[in-house]
Amino acid sequence: MHGFANPARFLRIARWATPLCLLLGFALAAGALVWGVFFAPADALQGDTVRIVYLHVPTAWLGMGGWSAIAIASFTEIVWRHPLAGIAARAVALPGAVFTALCLITGSIWGRPAWGTWWVWDGRLTSMLVLLFLYFGYMALDAAARGSQQARQGQSRITAIFGLVGAVNIPVIHYSVTWWNSLHQPPSITMGKSAMAADFLVPLLIATVGFSLIFGGIVMARMRTILADEQAEARLRRKAMRAQAPVAGEAW
Amino acid sequence: MTETFDQWQFVIAAYALGGATTLGLAVYSWLAMRRAEARRDKVREG
Repeated sequence: MHGFANPARFLRIARWATPLCLLLGFALAAGALVWGVFFAPADALQGDTVRIVYLHVPTAWLGMGGWSAIAIASFTEIVWRHPLAGIAARAVALPGAVFTALCLITGSIWGRPAWGTWWVWDGRLTSMLVLLFLYFGYMALDAAARGSQQARQGQSRITAIFGLVGAVNIPVIHYSVTWWNSLHQPPSITMGKSAMAADFLVPLLIATVGFSLIFGGIVMARMRTILADEQAEARLRRKAMRAQAPVAGEAW
Repeated sequence: MTETFDQWQFVIAAYALGGATTLGLAVYSWLAMRRAEARRDKVREG
């Protein structure tokens, strides 16, 4: 496992995996959305608005999955001081925030015709909004920590601790519809079983695989960006130090 | 009094927003990656 997390090995794999994930992901997601819009049946109660499920549910799962990935990477960074773990967590934050925001907005668009309101302050919606704020907090903290001397020396673990603590919200989101009364429906898909008919379930699962691949491709692209920036900065620092060395010697 | 909705307007709005945002984020991340890797290669050569 540690061998795969070597930055050079990661770059070798990511070079072909990034475009593959993005292309395959967009093909699957687009196919599933077209299926959902034109070929899947309308729901008996909700009518055509049920088609929003093919976008809303994958973005919800990926918003939560993104923070789970941040928590796992943060744990790895704290315990094993792994060089790629912190980079992976930083790379997940932006797509995680964007997919969480998409989940909230598509949910709101769905809620208006289905519930008669754009927003209610119930457990599921509120805990998902808290997740979006956690992502914003994580990105702000990361930007601040990277500017500090400690972070430049690789000693700042504050974002990793925040990533771990924020994971408390994930089970709250998951169980919010069973713990509290909610307009939001209870989970339709649980481990190994589904309350959804196959007509809805198959395009939903394909859309989820497609969006997951897109998410993975974006995370890899962002990890490559962070690695390339760090390599360029390190090389520029070494050049600057070499340029200063003879001057310092002369002064001595 | 009951409200009547054209349900397709909500479906189209959700899909347009979701599709444009996802595509935009992917293109932005890809271009940022290409820029950063080109800068790293330039620094390496220089």
